[in-house]
Parts: sequence; C-alpha cells; structure tokens
Amino acid sequence: MQAVLDNFDLYLKAFGYTVALFIVAGILSMLLGTALAACRVGPVSILRKATAVYVTVTRNTPLVIIFATFSFMAPMLWSHLNFKWVEVSIGEFDFSPFFAAAVVSLTLYTSSFVCEALRSGVNAVPVGQAEAARAIGLPFAGVMRQVVLPQAFRASVPPLASVQIALIKNTSVAAVFGIAEATSRMRSFNNDFGSQRTEIFIAFAIGYIVIVELFSFGASRLERRWRVAR
Amino acid sequence: MSASVLYDYPGPKTRARHRTYSVVTVVVLLAAVVWFFWRLQDHGQLEYDKWEAFVTPDYVRVILVDGLLQTLKMAAFAIVFAVAFGFVFGVGKLSEHAWARWPSWLVVEFFRAIPVLLLMVFIWYALGIKADNSAFWAVVMALTLYNGSVLAEVLRAGVLAVPKGQSEAAYAIGMRKTQVMMLIMLPQAVKIMLPAIISQCVVALKDTALGIYVVAPGLTYVVKQVYLEFHNQVPAILVVGSLYILVNLLLTGLATLLQRRYVGEKKQLDVPMVGNAATRPKTIA
Repeated sequence: MQAVLDNFDLYLKAFGYTVALFIVAGILSMLLGTALAACRVGPVSILRKATAVYVTVTRNTPLVIIFATFSFMAPMLWSHLNFKWVEVSIGEFDFSPFFAAAVVSLTLYTSSFVCEALRSGVNAVPVGQAEAARAIGLPFAGVMRQVVLPQAFRASVPPLASVQIALIKNTSVAAVFGIAEATSRMRSFNNDFGSQRTEIFIAFAIGYIVIVELFSFGASRLERRWRVAR
Repeated sequence: MSASVLYDYPGPKTRARHRTYSVVTVVVLLAAVVWFFWRLQDHGQLEYDKWEAFVTPDYVRVILVDGLLQTLKMAAFAIVFAVAFGFVFGVGKLSEHAWARWPSWLVVEFFRAIPVLLLMVFIWYALGIKADNSAFWAVVMALTLYNGSVLAEVLRAGVLAVPKGQSEAAYAIGMRKTQVMMLIMLPQAVKIMLPAIISQCVVALKDTALGIYVVAPGLTYVVKQVYLEFHNQVPAILVVGSLYILVNLLLTGLATLLQRRYVGEKKQLDVPMVGNAATRPKTIA
C-alpha cells in the first residue's frame, strides 16, 4: 500500500486520464451512436444496411485491433489522422496525439453498442406512439425527434449505462497504446514495487470500482427520475 | 416496434427524396472505398511483398496453428472454466444462506467492475513474468474470472426466469433444495442460457487480443512477429481483424441457431449490469 500512498499524485493523475478518456469518448459515442441509430431505423434502406454492416464489423472486432488501425493504418490513409495537430495541455494533463487516437478508437467502437442499445429502446416504445405521431402529420424526423427518441432514450437508460460502464473498463486498452492511464500506471508500479503487487492491484481495482459505482449510481437515479409512467 | 411504423408509406415526392439520399450514400461509400484502396496503393500496401506472408503456405500455417489455434485454445479454456465459475457463484448468489450469498455477490461484483486488462496484468506479474506459459495462463485466468462473473449473473437470471410453478411443484412432491436446483431449475435455466453463453464466447474471444499487452501467444503475437519482419502493419491489421470477425460471426450464427432451437422467439435473457442500476422497470417490456 505504501507504494501507492507515496505516489498518490501519480495514482490520481492516472485515473484522471482514465476519466478524461471516458468522458470525451462517452459523449462523442452517444452523439455518433444516436446518429447511427436514426440511420439504422430510418426509411432509407441503403443507410439501414450500411449502418448494420458498420455495427456488425465494429462489434465483432477486438478493440485492440481498432486501436491498432488508428495507430498504424489511419495516418497512412490521411496524414491528418496521425493527430499530430492535437497538442492540448490542461493543468498537468497533456492530451497528446495518442490520446486523440484513443478517443477516436473508443468512440467508434462504443458508438455501435450505443446504436444497438438505442435501437432496443426504440423497440420498447409502444407502437401507438409512433402511429399517433404519424396520424398528426409528423414526418420521419419529427416522429423520431419529438415522440419516439425522447421515450427511447428513457427506456434505454439501463442498456446505455451498461455500454458506458463497458467503456470505462475499455479505456484500459489505451494502456497498450502508450497512454499513462490507470492500467498502464499499475503495470509500471508493478515493475517498481514488485513486493507490493497485491496491494497495488487492490488500490487500482478500487479506483475503477469507485468510478463504475459512481456512474451506475447516477444512472439509476436518472433512470428512476426519467421512468415513463405507463 | 418495427421500423416501418415510424414513417408513412412514401409518396412520389418522398420516394424521389429517398432516391437522392440513397444515391448520395452509395456515392459517398463507394468514394470512401475507392479512396481507401487508392491510398493503400499509394503507400505500396497492396504490393505482393506486403501480402507475401499471408499467402505463403508456411506462414499461413504458422498464423493459423500458432496464432489462431492458440487464441481459440485460450478462449476455449477461459469459457469452460468460466462456465464452471459461473455455476458455482451463480448458485452461490441464489443461496438461502447469507454466508454463501454475500461472498458470491462480492466476488461477482468485483470481477465485473474492473477491466480485464488490469486483472490480466496483475495475474501475469503474480505468476511471474518470466515463468513458462505465464502469459497464456494470465489471459485464461483473467478471462475466466471476468466472464465467469458475467455468467454467474446470467445463470442467476436464467434460474429466476424459470416459472415459479416448477420449483413449487418440485417441493410439493418432496424434493430437497439441492434436488430442486439440480434436477428442475438448472436444466431449464441452461437451456435459456445457451445463447447468452455463446455471446459471452464472442466477448472472451475478442478479449484474447488483449494478450498482446502481456506478451501472450496467439494471433496478435504471431502477426506482430510477421509485421516486424515484413513491415506490413496494414495487411496484418486487415488479416487479423478479418479472422476475428469471421470466427465471431460463426459464433453469433451458432447463438442465433440455438436461440431459435431452444428458446424460441422469446426475448434474450436480460442480464442486469454492475451496480444498482440493475433493476429494469417492468413497465418497459
């Protein structure tokens, strides 16, 4: 335990990166996922099929491979995708090109799960709602924006929360690609303080558990407040 | 709600508009594909020497046997152990005794809330990073603990999904608690669980790729050796990605088949997530 307590600033900073990855990728994946879900249930058949293919491919690819794509392949396709233009420092946090690549990979991966969660939410909205919305003359965009999606979002709070919790845990994959977030910090602590391995592990596990539990507490509050009375 | 109730049957104007959307989409997608291959060609990624390793029989054999087979072996070990782990702790969570219920709950929640990679690194160091096969077993054990915990939750949901009359009837003919669980509840629960177990296989298989962080054998390791020798990262990524997608699609197909065969058109098992947002309201079916 001493190792972690002595380097508590490093510990906190590592989790700072984890949380930063989670928040940025979480918000972006919600936006992209919503757009994908709209395409997935929309009236244009080619868009439906294209998103279906996208979702199937990203859901069945290991996250590591998607990260590798953005480290090796994407810069080759388009030189701006090496994210060299991302060099932001806020306080003592440096958001490097690696960070940007990690955010993009996590966003693309998570958004397809968000899409599926929202689609299940759309399926949970009673048919009458959409029929009534059409009966008063709303077009597809109006049906979705004003009637179905607001209810679908509420119904999909639990699955969306699961998806975002998975994202919290998936930020650890960024360790493989050179970001000093919690998992990679644990590995370097393990190298430096081999004898305190178990305590170090427990300390980092608790960090993740605190983040996950805080998030799921918030999600369950939201779920209760937003529950649709039927 | 099927997609079609969301919009009216398109009239002539809408059809024309949709046609425009379709054409635009097709053009954009085609342009993206063409651009993709053009850029690869530009960087010489489509030349034979970059792909040589993936068409030479000797290399293909190494990739399939030392790579894919090892990966599948890790995933298979992990799933078999995870099913056993899930049974023990899932039944433990359902136990009437607090001394069995609480530890099971703690173990399951703990391993579901931490990243697999964190667990993998810890086990790898605990086994000794230089020890024989330590990376292999680190991957297997980490995946076992994580997927086992998820399966424990699946098992619990499966047992709870068995109609109550089943256990009541079993008790009424004088069966003991263990008999009710072993002879009545579990066989029916397993049937409902099968698709969920297969879906978990997909998760386990995908997560074997994390083994690259602990230098575990398997597809990612072998292909890394290949691209270090041939400097062909891009073909390597495409090949590994396709192999994973292929195997996963086969597994998903199997899950759908089993679902149709054993569960019917009923909804897939609803497994609550970590934490207390777990209880899904009954009002939203």
